[in-house]
Amino acid sequence: MDKENKEKLKLAVYWGAACGGCCVSVLDVHEKLLDIVAAADLVFWPIALDVKYADVQKMPEGHIDVCLFNGAIRNSENELMAVMLRQKSKIMVAYGACAQMGGIPGLGNFHDRKSIFDRVYKDSESTENAEGITPQPKYDVKEGRLDIPAFYNDVKTLRDVVCVDYFIPGCPPQSERLLEVFMAISSGAELPSKESVLGALDKSQCDECKRKKTDNKKVDRFYRPWEIEDDGETCFLEQGVVCMGPATRGGCGVRCIEGNAPCRGCYGPPPDVTDPGAKMMSAIATMIDSNDEEEITEIMASIDDIAGTFYRFSLPSSILRRKLMPEVVEVD
Amino acid sequence: MANFEPKIVAFLCNWCSYTGADLAGTSRMKYAHNIRIIRVMCSGRVDPTFVLKSLREGADGVLICGCHPGDCHYHEGNYKCLRRYEFIKQYLTEMGIDKKRIRLDWISASEGKQFAELADAMTEQVAELGPCRVRSIMENVT
Repeated sequence: MDKENKEKLKLAVYWGAACGGCCVSVLDVHEKLLDIVAAADLVFWPIALDVKYADVQKMPEGHIDVCLFNGAIRNSENELMAVMLRQKSKIMVAYGACAQMGGIPGLGNFHDRKSIFDRVYKDSESTENAEGITPQPKYDVKEGRLDIPAFYNDVKTLRDVVCVDYFIPGCPPQSERLLEVFMAISSGAELPSKESVLGALDKSQCDECKRKKTDNKKVDRFYRPWEIEDDGETCFLEQGVVCMGPATRGGCGVRCIEGNAPCRGCYGPPPDVTDPGAKMMSAIATMIDSNDEEEITEIMASIDDIAGTFYRFSLPSSILRRKLMPEVVEVD
Repeated sequence: MANFEPKIVAFLCNWCSYTGADLAGTSRMKYAHNIRIIRVMCSGRVDPTFVLKSLREGADGVLICGCHPGDCHYHEGNYKCLRRYEFIKQYLTEMGIDKKRIRLDWISASEGKQFAELADAMTEQVAELGPCRVRSIMENVT
């Protein structure tokens, strides 16, 4: 028994700024979870196990074999845990779109701390906060000092704060892919070079997509998916629906497209592309069926929220990284 | 800001605009030294990534020049550039960056004078906007 235990991998799963979907995707391997548990001990997994931060703190360096870190870095607690888990883990995996590229929480980079706090704690319709109280990282009460994590101005990716060994993309990553990667690690197979993307293909979504595609991609208006009657077999782009397929890595099994919804880009850019949004703008611009400046602008205006659509999952890891907020002149 | 010298990256197409800029040079015309020219085979080669990266690396403005509409060496590269340009302008606006920092214009191989004037006008336009904050903001994650 002792010998068996020694050979077991030590696995940790942690969430930063995440919705919990990535943690659930680990459970989504269904009965295969028993295979995972047979090959690994889960030593830290807040969604399922009551292991405290202090217990992690006490682990020796390199104690954890594989850490699946999901979620972006939104506050000082996320960063503290990322740094701690990096020290304790042999392999650090950015698991899911948020850890890899910032993901949906990364859309917070269209604002800054001040505008978010103003909206949430002052301006929202249901808020009554006459004193204008906003969260303070430290607060003195008579019992002592209270502290809560500090909310950052920027959403960061995991790679912005620690060294990352591998990336498993997706929102959430497909459980089958996780299983493949896990089984490869636990079987002791030779691991790919550092910083590579695991559990995904090198080609784009379009390569896997079975919808009918022609060379005739001409669009005189873009539609939201609910505005058209999708025929279920023609390429979404050819129907005028924005589909992130061309600028997104394959490997998810084109699940959204198979479900008759266009790709939103959660698997991130293919190799050698740093900014999927820019590539998507480049691709989609060529489809516009007009050479007249005014008409082009009109067709373009039928896409709602260009920045948010093309950078839905990737804003904090894109070239511009965040919206430039107006310069605030401090009057004090 | 009186002494502000903007850095402007210019992507010029090989067949018309670069030759036009060359003509300005060989004709010994004077124009603003703020323009840093990068030759590309066609304005249709200018990926939005190039523009974003220029701003990210510290450019205050980006100028793109191609053949006049209908004159593209590759038939329609400049039209593709025009469409991409509209997207970039919209994206930059949504990202809080003044769209006047980028400009697309058509310069033929014989328009050396026009290129020199364009370079001056673009420099003036960007100088008015002041330094671009993109690089400093991007390098200081807070």
